[in-house]
Amino acid sequence: MVLGRGVKKLDLVDMLLLAALVGLAIVWVAPIVWVIGLAFKPNDVLMRTTGGIFAPPFTGKNFRDILATSAVFGWMLNSFIVAIGQTFLTLAISTLAGYGFARTDFPGKRIAFILVIAGLAVPEQAIIVPLHTMFAEAHLHNTYFGLIAPRLAFPFGVFLMYQYFKGVPREIEEAAMLDNASRLKIFFRVVLPLTVPAQATLGIYTFLHAWNEYFWPLVSATKPEMYTLTIGLAATQTNFAQTEGIGFLMAQAVFAGLPILILYLFFQRHIVTAVAGGAGK
Amino acid sequence: MSAPSQARPVRVARRDADAVGRRTAWNALFIAPYMLAFLVLLVVPLGLGMWLSFQDYDMLAGYGGPVGWENYERLLGDRIFLGSVRNTIWFVIISVPAFVGLGLFLALLLNDDSRKSSFFRSIFFGSSVLSVTIVTLVWRLVYMPDRGLLQNIAGMFGLTAPNFMTTEALALPGIAIVTVWWIIGLPMMLFLAALQQIPKEVYEAAALDNASRWRVLVSITLPAIRRTIVLVAVIEVILQFQLFGQANLITNGGPNNASRPIVMFIYEAGFRDWMLGYAAAASQILFVLMLGAAMLQMWIGRQKDGG
Repeated sequence: MVLGRGVKKLDLVDMLLLAALVGLAIVWVAPIVWVIGLAFKPNDVLMRTTGGIFAPPFTGKNFRDILATSAVFGWMLNSFIVAIGQTFLTLAISTLAGYGFARTDFPGKRIAFILVIAGLAVPEQAIIVPLHTMFAEAHLHNTYFGLIAPRLAFPFGVFLMYQYFKGVPREIEEAAMLDNASRLKIFFRVVLPLTVPAQATLGIYTFLHAWNEYFWPLVSATKPEMYTLTIGLAATQTNFAQTEGIGFLMAQAVFAGLPILILYLFFQRHIVTAVAGGAGK
Repeated sequence: MSAPSQARPVRVARRDADAVGRRTAWNALFIAPYMLAFLVLLVVPLGLGMWLSFQDYDMLAGYGGPVGWENYERLLGDRIFLGSVRNTIWFVIISVPAFVGLGLFLALLLNDDSRKSSFFRSIFFGSSVLSVTIVTLVWRLVYMPDRGLLQNIAGMFGLTAPNFMTTEALALPGIAIVTVWWIIGLPMMLFLAALQQIPKEVYEAAALDNASRWRVLVSITLPAIRRTIVLVAVIEVILQFQLFGQANLITNGGPNNASRPIVMFIYEAGFRDWMLGYAAAASQILFVLMLGAAMLQMWIGRQKDGG
């Protein structure tokens, strides 16, 4: 264990630490395993007891019910459209702006940059009430654009790309400039290909954030057919008190959580660096 | 036109040392799309929100004109609001040390390339990718009084599990447990990234000196990642000040308002009762509190840096 790189033998402290680690891991995994188990149990059994999830009877009825009745597919589609749209637009405008701030010069740049950096301190909650009124005036609620747009204003992505461009050697562009290449040509042919790692980081970060966003969709998407997955599931949770549907609720949670967990397992390494790298900046 | 003769004026015209090429207004086009979004969707609503906080603006009763500081004065006399401020600060106080402590603990244990460590890292980070609604669904079921997972386990020992959702004193700690379970991955990863920056030679020297692992931790590792500890604390304070979804979905602010955070107050005032001026004023107070807390922490971090 790393606490003592010098120590080679597994001593008592090591074993205690390992036990603590395993214990914590169980706390992290157990609720998920349990919920997956419940999703395969008949509701009338769950009415009486939620123990013994590994013992029969099992049923696929909860999942069949989802396929037949639940709006979860529509919500998932909405979440996808919003998350993809937000990711794509964030990447485009952040990369352009990050490059503009890091590598070009123009009148007013300093003041614009200071403004944008100050914007990093503004939390979503500080502006959500007036923003909601503005979108209501413009009839943008319950539209994809209305769900996607607000997040584009937050400067995090610009700041991340700015940092990245600062680290790219200037000589590459200067050489291209000597060849009389136009500014745009340099940006698209020379600079953009270099930014793929940063794009991946920002892209994953933005996608996850958009997929899990709660407050804005809650107040903007008020029509059930415009719910994102997060909001749709929140709406069904109000039925939680009538416990006859626990199995169905759990199946829905499993169904909704699985795609993102599978994505996570596939892209684990990238997701981890993206989130850690993003927040560390 | 030969290339070298072009290079010279280019360098002279530049003011920003890192910039490449001429200083020209055309370059502003690079930032134009973002600045449009920034101004329309962030600067304007921020200003509008500040203005709104000084207005009597109730969506149901209509616009009643400017009222000066009245919204703020009313907030300071509103027991629900003051309770939400207290709840939020209490939540930050109990959750942030848990994030920093547990995040650091996990990072220290998992800071190597072994398969075992990578396996455990995936487990502790995995829950972060779930959305708040799934997490709360899962945990409401864990906390469920009669048939929850917690009660099932306690029942095996003939005990009764504490009811986190309906006991006033336990509501916020219960939400804090859920929150730590949900997003411990981020602080853990930030600490791991910092630990990997520490040069291996330092540890080799300590091993030669036969320093105990506790000494290595206290006199080498912790000082080396001091900045990250402050960074994680600041990030977590900012994040946990924004507590909303978990409280809204697990306890709905209850029991008896014991777990209603500021953001939920803003949500209810602005989007349930439609008192826009009042909600906007509460937003400004949250903003100032968050800025103040973050600055205080950075200041504390700097003091330690100097001393």
